[in-house]
Amino acid sequence: MANRIKIKKGLQIPLLGQSEETLRGRITSEFVRICPEDYHGITPKLAVKVGDTVKAGTALFYEKNKPDMLFASPVSGVVTEVERGEKRRILNIVIRADKSTVYEDFSSKQVVALASEEVKKTILDAGIWFLIRQRPYDVVAAPDKQPRDIFVTGFDTAPLAPSYDFVLQGQEADLQTGLDALARLTAGKVYLSISTKTKNKGLRDAKNVVITEFDGPHPAGNVGVQINKLKPVNRGEVVWTLNALDVVIIGRLFNKGIVDLTRTVALTGSEVKQKGYYQMVIGTELKSLFSQNVTEGISLRYISGNPLTGRKIDANGVLRAYDAQVTVIPEGDDVHEAFGWASMSPKRYSAGCTYLTLKKKYRLDARLLGGPRAIIVSNEYDKVFPMDIFPEQLIKAIIAFNIDKMESLGIYEVAPEDFALCEFVDTSKLELQHIVRMGLDMLRKEME
Amino acid sequence: MKALKKYLDKIKPNFGEGGKLHWLNSTYDAFETFLFVPNTTSKTGVHIHDARDSKRTMIIVIVALLPALLVGMYNVGLQHYMAVGQDVTLLTKFIYGLIAMLPLIVVSYVVGLGIEFAMAQMKKEEVAEGYLVSGMLIPMIVPIDTPLWMVAVAVAFSVIFAKEVFGGTGYNIFNVALIARAFLFFSYPSKMSGDQVWVRTADTFGMGSGTVIDGYSGATPLGQIATTDVGSFGEFTFQGITGQPLSISDMFFGFIPGSVGEVSTFAILLGALILITTGVGSWKTMLSVFLGGLVAVLLVNSFAQNVIMEMPVYYHFLLGGFAFGAVFMATDPVTSARTEKGKWIYGFFIGLVAIAIRVFNPGYPEGMMLAILFMNAFAPLIDFYVIDANIKRRAKRSAVTSTVQQ
Repeated sequence: MANRIKIKKGLQIPLLGQSEETLRGRITSEFVRICPEDYHGITPKLAVKVGDTVKAGTALFYEKNKPDMLFASPVSGVVTEVERGEKRRILNIVIRADKSTVYEDFSSKQVVALASEEVKKTILDAGIWFLIRQRPYDVVAAPDKQPRDIFVTGFDTAPLAPSYDFVLQGQEADLQTGLDALARLTAGKVYLSISTKTKNKGLRDAKNVVITEFDGPHPAGNVGVQINKLKPVNRGEVVWTLNALDVVIIGRLFNKGIVDLTRTVALTGSEVKQKGYYQMVIGTELKSLFSQNVTEGISLRYISGNPLTGRKIDANGVLRAYDAQVTVIPEGDDVHEAFGWASMSPKRYSAGCTYLTLKKKYRLDARLLGGPRAIIVSNEYDKVFPMDIFPEQLIKAIIAFNIDKMESLGIYEVAPEDFALCEFVDTSKLELQHIVRMGLDMLRKEME
Repeated sequence: MKALKKYLDKIKPNFGEGGKLHWLNSTYDAFETFLFVPNTTSKTGVHIHDARDSKRTMIIVIVALLPALLVGMYNVGLQHYMAVGQDVTLLTKFIYGLIAMLPLIVVSYVVGLGIEFAMAQMKKEEVAEGYLVSGMLIPMIVPIDTPLWMVAVAVAFSVIFAKEVFGGTGYNIFNVALIARAFLFFSYPSKMSGDQVWVRTADTFGMGSGTVIDGYSGATPLGQIATTDVGSFGEFTFQGITGQPLSISDMFFGFIPGSVGEVSTFAILLGALILITTGVGSWKTMLSVFLGGLVAVLLVNSFAQNVIMEMPVYYHFLLGGFAFGAVFMATDPVTSARTEKGKWIYGFFIGLVAIAIRVFNPGYPEGMMLAILFMNAFAPLIDFYVIDANIKRRAKRSAVTSTVQQ
């Protein structure tokens, strides 16, 4: 029987647009775009030129300071364009995809027969090292540092999040191989967190890992919360984090010898007509998914990811590197609501009690619903922040960039996503995730 | 509504950068966002937001203040007509109170909001809503006969020196409304305490003129007990302004002399109920103020040397500004302790200090204002120790693991 940890603080936002558990097919697009900015904390150097032919698994670019960290192409085809922005920053690498994918052969390997360094090298060479992230700083893991432990989250509690139970069906073997590979990478343990509702055998009966059951509202599924409850990160320590869906991709590499960056993506959101799951590789253009399938006549917000931590994309956007969810909600910039402060409208949702809360699902848009203010209300963040950390004081230390204070208040334990709910409930409408991101980046620059 | 929106959009360019009225940009924005929810959408971070904003929060506090304000207004009329010995209808009494109170509210808002709007414009920020509450609190905690110019001066002083110089709403150390009250108290003591200021005996805009009856005394119950000559509390009775004895229910429902906000404990409790159910005010702070008061009174009761030291605890809670301070002043999130543990300590000491000032201070029978301001100064220190415990825990954990690694 797995250990069970109950999370009390948090919030399950009752959002309309949960996707049905039906697999609706595979989506492909003529062009695939990879955005290096998705892989946070690296400086990309191109490994290909326009006109080069690539296979799925061929490196498109590598990390400038660690040239052995490669980043794989998800499809085979021809590199047609490298879009650059200010200071020649690489925005997108565009590949025209072949009709049928040709895979780079990495030859399948038995994890048990491999040494730690060999496992690491296999993942780095295959260009999927980015799936492993690290705390502190919430960036792509540094392969040369020894992780104290590795934490894998086996469920997602974010609003409208995909069901791991459903997505992992039939992937149990790859999952286990992936977990075995991870176990080789650390002298410590691999912790796998599952929900009390998890049914998938691959998760529930996983071997070679320490399984913990978590019970409670979002952010119980956030790996940061799980680390904080299981074994918090201290100054000077490094832990690696992944989600179970990414472990499957690593497992696939060892079992089949190929890089297959296919994800089963949940199409969600109140404005999507036919919700469901679709298979696609990262970087796939989502046009065909959206056309004829979203509410017309109002302005819409397309999100790669969930409504709390996802990235805003446009209707021609692509599935971003870490996401297994695409969400469409109303933008709301065409709505003019009078006297919002006095509103008794049942359409308005608040986690607090300043509005009547009904037992129903809400259709929320992207408006801030207020102006930015100084932090006024107290105990607002704490209610949705289940870590043993003072969120408000940490935020203030970050704004002041007081390194000692940030360290002593626990900055090494957090990632921007841990503050997503705080940002949602914030009366002062501050961009908390952005603040935490900036703080982590500046601190990393300072410390490394 | 649509026409109004169109009109606003039409005049908007005038207030923008380079427009004719650009110096009124913050003012325009304040009115526009008051009328319509801004349709700016999120640029980074979360894509959806909670419907609660700063405006909603402040409006809830105003709503919570309304019962105390309405009963207080009625009581102004009630006390006045008792003083002049006339028998009038309930409605007349209320209207008298209303027109006596309105000028105070108007002056408070016009001066305070005027400064806020100007400051927001100078800083090129949106107007913060904090003064909507402070501006209502100030008229409710000063004597009804306070000259309007004094209110204006006090408001200007407190908004500028207690709030804006620190950076505006959210950055102030001391409660703005109480600083205004304290400014008046120390600058014009004769207008702020004593037995002449709490009941309006003159007419208001010609309404309710008459001569004060014989035997009239405008002393508040706390004033009476502070200056009494009787030997023990058992021999002492609280008197109304015409010399009639005051019952507990008079004190509970608010038919005693005092400032508009503080008199009706019943209405204050209604307000507390609104604040607690909406989650806007912290029940921990409120409860701990009363707990602190309870402990302090039980202590002084057991060593009682004079009448006020003998006064039972429920009188302390019913009289003066104790309940009003606990519910509406101590809970101000900006100046209160911000950690949950801290709130217990902060509130407890407010109760304790307020009773201490009441009991041991010969000149001034009310302690709530000074107690809260005093604890405002201590709030950051309380938080510091609460947070320090968390920091120490983390440091200890870190030390343990690093020795294990060695």
